[in-house]
Amino acid sequence: MSHRAAPPPTNPAGGTPARQPGGDVQEAAVVVENLAVKRGKNLVLEDVSCSIPAGRITGLLGPSGSGKTTLIRAVVGVQRITAGQVRVLGRPAGDATLRHDVGYFTQAPSVYRDLSVVDNVRYFGAMHGKGRSDAAAALEAVGLAGFERRKAGDLSGGQFNRVSLACALVSKPQLLVLDEPTVGLDPVLRADLWHRFATMAAAGTSLVISSHVMEEASHCDTLLLLRDGHLLAQLTPGELRSQGRTDDLELAFLRLIQAAEAPTDTSGAETEGARP
Amino acid sequence: MNGRMMWATTTRVLQQLKGDPRSIALILVVPAILLAFVYWLFQNETLPPGVPRTFDRVGLMMLGIFPFVVMFLVTSITMLRERTSGTLERLLTTPIHKGDLLFGYALAFSIMGALQSLVATGVAYWVFGMTIEGATGWVVLISVLTSVLGVALGLLCSAFATTEFQAVQFMPVVVIPQILLCGLFVARDAMNSVLEGLSNLLPLSYAVDGLQQVAKNTVVTSALVADLIVVACFVVAGLLLASLTLRRKTA
Repeated sequence: MSHRAAPPPTNPAGGTPARQPGGDVQEAAVVVENLAVKRGKNLVLEDVSCSIPAGRITGLLGPSGSGKTTLIRAVVGVQRITAGQVRVLGRPAGDATLRHDVGYFTQAPSVYRDLSVVDNVRYFGAMHGKGRSDAAAALEAVGLAGFERRKAGDLSGGQFNRVSLACALVSKPQLLVLDEPTVGLDPVLRADLWHRFATMAAAGTSLVISSHVMEEASHCDTLLLLRDGHLLAQLTPGELRSQGRTDDLELAFLRLIQAAEAPTDTSGAETEGARP
Repeated sequence: MNGRMMWATTTRVLQQLKGDPRSIALILVVPAILLAFVYWLFQNETLPPGVPRTFDRVGLMMLGIFPFVVMFLVTSITMLRERTSGTLERLLTTPIHKGDLLFGYALAFSIMGALQSLVATGVAYWVFGMTIEGATGWVVLISVLTSVLGVALGLLCSAFATTEFQAVQFMPVVVIPQILLCGLFVARDAMNSVLEGLSNLLPLSYAVDGLQQVAKNTVVTSALVADLIVVACFVVAGLLLASLTLRRKTA
């Protein structure tokens, strides 16, 4: 049960909840339209448009430097954008009212090293009016129960990462945006977390999770494949497998990239992984 | 502004300090030790009868200067760490108001500044027998005010440093000119007009002038009140400017 089976493209929902992934705009947690981000002279994101379904896990995948973090920062509303627009839960990204509803886990764990584990989580919880029990639940969720009194800076890298994750979970946001949350975690814990993400999505939370490990894509309902600042494709893991004609998601992604680059007519960024 | 978030920030900053007893000890004890140095420095001076000891003059000013310097350094480095560790960016995605964060910081460090001032003032009075005309309460108040001033300027300056190395370099830029021109070495009205004019623009000058007012007068003078208001205005201006440097969106 912990493994969310990749649904076939025609019937995307395995458990068939009310919502359809990638459905109409009403159901989208995030709508990105023609987003461009320039940092200095570099165009980090170019003409990215996508719709992130509510109550689902959306995986943001691509090699490092492909613009994953920039897209995530744009969704959270901390990224100054050059063109286009990002709407989150029906409001413009970065809107003051969204700060209650969006949880953000940065790639570099951003917690206070000189503060105890539980004090870190309680502090970020306090910003959302959450109390001790919420902090305890968040720590339980990331497998850090029993580490409450330890100083965050004294923990191992993976544990430290999980403190940061607990700080994002504690507010129980409607939209949880996680930038590479499973980096440096052991396989058992990784599986555990993905299971927890699935439970959260089933309870109605929308999750956007970035990763550069393609095998993690199988845990997601929808995939956004980024490369060099362009959105290569938005599809389900099942569609990726069939389009790449392999069960190996990594290989499928590679074939998609090759297919996108191979055609002589450079018709545009969104080739949607068209095969010859 | 939201009192709960501000208080959560104050508590968090104090909790961070609690985990670092050495810093607490340094904050509380160092000004008192330096005061002792000033005392011994002037121990052997011979004075005509009726002239106040140099320690009573210099030591008193030190009670305003030390808290300012220490709090400036502590605050600018702590705030810079907040900026570079990513916790600031994360905090600014939560509902916290920038004012809650800055005033939370200011309150936490002001509490430390107040404790520091109490220790230093207590040592000056009881151990070294400092004697001045005015009430001790005013000395403590001015001392606390200068520590808050240090906090406000430290928060502001942290925005202009990208590394801790740069942050400490702000001390010669921001702090030392104020010490030179505040009237500690040369009375301000005895300076040349350029330096005197410059001195009039620096907040520490008003704090030190306030201390001198307390030293000379048994009653509260209007000059003292004016000095306190000027320093308080610098504090508020510093915090407001600092809040402008906190950006929720970056490139």
